[in-house]
Amino acid sequence: MNSNTAIASVLLAAILTNNMVLSKFLGICPFLGVSKKTGTAFSMSVAVTLVMVVSTAVTWPIYHFILAPDYTYLETIVFILVIAAIVQLIEIVLKRYIKPVYNALGIYLPLITTNCAVLGITMLNITNGLGFVQSLFNALGAGLGFMLAMLLFSGVRERLEMADIPEFLKGLPITLIAASLVSLSFLGFAGIGG
Amino acid sequence: MEILIPVIIVAVIGLIAGVGLSLASKFMAVPIDEKQEKIRAALPGANCGACGYSGCDGYAAALVAGEAAPDKCAPGGADAAAAIAEILGVEVKSEAKIAFIACKGGCENTITKYAYSGIQSCGAANGLSGGPLACEYGCIGFGDCFKACQFGAIKMENGRPVICPDTCTGCGKCTLVCPKSLISLVPKDYKTAVACSNKKKGATVVKNCKVSCIACGMCAKACESGAIKLENNLAVIDRSLCTGCGKCREACKRGVII
Repeated sequence: MNSNTAIASVLLAAILTNNMVLSKFLGICPFLGVSKKTGTAFSMSVAVTLVMVVSTAVTWPIYHFILAPDYTYLETIVFILVIAAIVQLIEIVLKRYIKPVYNALGIYLPLITTNCAVLGITMLNITNGLGFVQSLFNALGAGLGFMLAMLLFSGVRERLEMADIPEFLKGLPITLIAASLVSLSFLGFAGIGG
Repeated sequence: MEILIPVIIVAVIGLIAGVGLSLASKFMAVPIDEKQEKIRAALPGANCGACGYSGCDGYAAALVAGEAAPDKCAPGGADAAAAIAEILGVEVKSEAKIAFIACKGGCENTITKYAYSGIQSCGAANGLSGGPLACEYGCIGFGDCFKACQFGAIKMENGRPVICPDTCTGCGKCTLVCPKSLISLVPKDYKTAVACSNKKKGATVVKNCKVSCIACGMCAKACESGAIKLENNLAVIDRSLCTGCGKCREACKRGVII
């Protein structure tokens, strides 16, 4: 398999088969919290994708050149530290140089500091033994997969707003049921892309 | 000694991140106007958007830029307006506002035209020949305004919304969602108001609703200051002339003036 198809398969697997939210159940908090409107869901997903790629670019070298092979158990704490710092840095840089993007992302950027999907993807890259470029594409794919899940689910939720739902299911219960059904539909992708 | 190296690794990475961040925030800091921060602190922080900007931050920025008037913050009311005016060094004239529903009907007082079993929202019901109630001008009673109110100031009582004057901030959110445009902002200390919007002739109105203005003109006759006129089969009160004597309220046989 040449490197292009390998990268394509990593990307496809990250978006569909191993979808962060719907298959791995990471990042459920923003998935349920920020998916009420398509607009905000999109902003949140863009921010998550950006942070995922940048964090992977930083955490992969840290793991392979500093922590491996003796201190791999420091992975979690160091990654959390680095991701939190990166999010802050991205916020400062965006605010200074690309103000429109900063305004569009708004509150969602700082919220990502504590998003487990970001920590999840950086650690999965290590666990799966991916190379640097593959890791970057895996992170990009995971971000796009997150975006796909968010946009799909926000569409579902906008429909739910208009539906006549029984009183006892209104609000969170029907949202969770809908989430499980959307997740179930992603089971159909199992096996594609490896 | 074994533990020393991992501790140093984490400490150094943390230190690099910390120093990097503080340097970044110093060199890439965006100068924020001192006034803007002060104004932001004076605003209530509800981010309700009643001012027409994206939130309290957006409004504060617009104020500093001189693009906005200082009295736009409805939840903050006169206090916030005064504080902003002081920071900006301008004078402000503002009065507290409150939402007022110009209809006393609802499903108890108004005749039902047809049975409606669709989506329980005024907007949807209004699309179906003006809603299930006979009065095409009046409140439909599914509580779109109740859902729109962020401050819990609208209560649904017997199928019609009632505004709680103590909690209403006059943000005007409810005025936007009412498909019949029944809700308007009035001065908080309003003395009299006509709670009916039906522009049809008296005979039709009487049939449809127990509490409706039939434009009999009793209030206009009773008013000593000439503040009440009849327009489009409705009593209209000129607030600048109204003395608040309450004679119109007594004169109204239909209980529409409140």
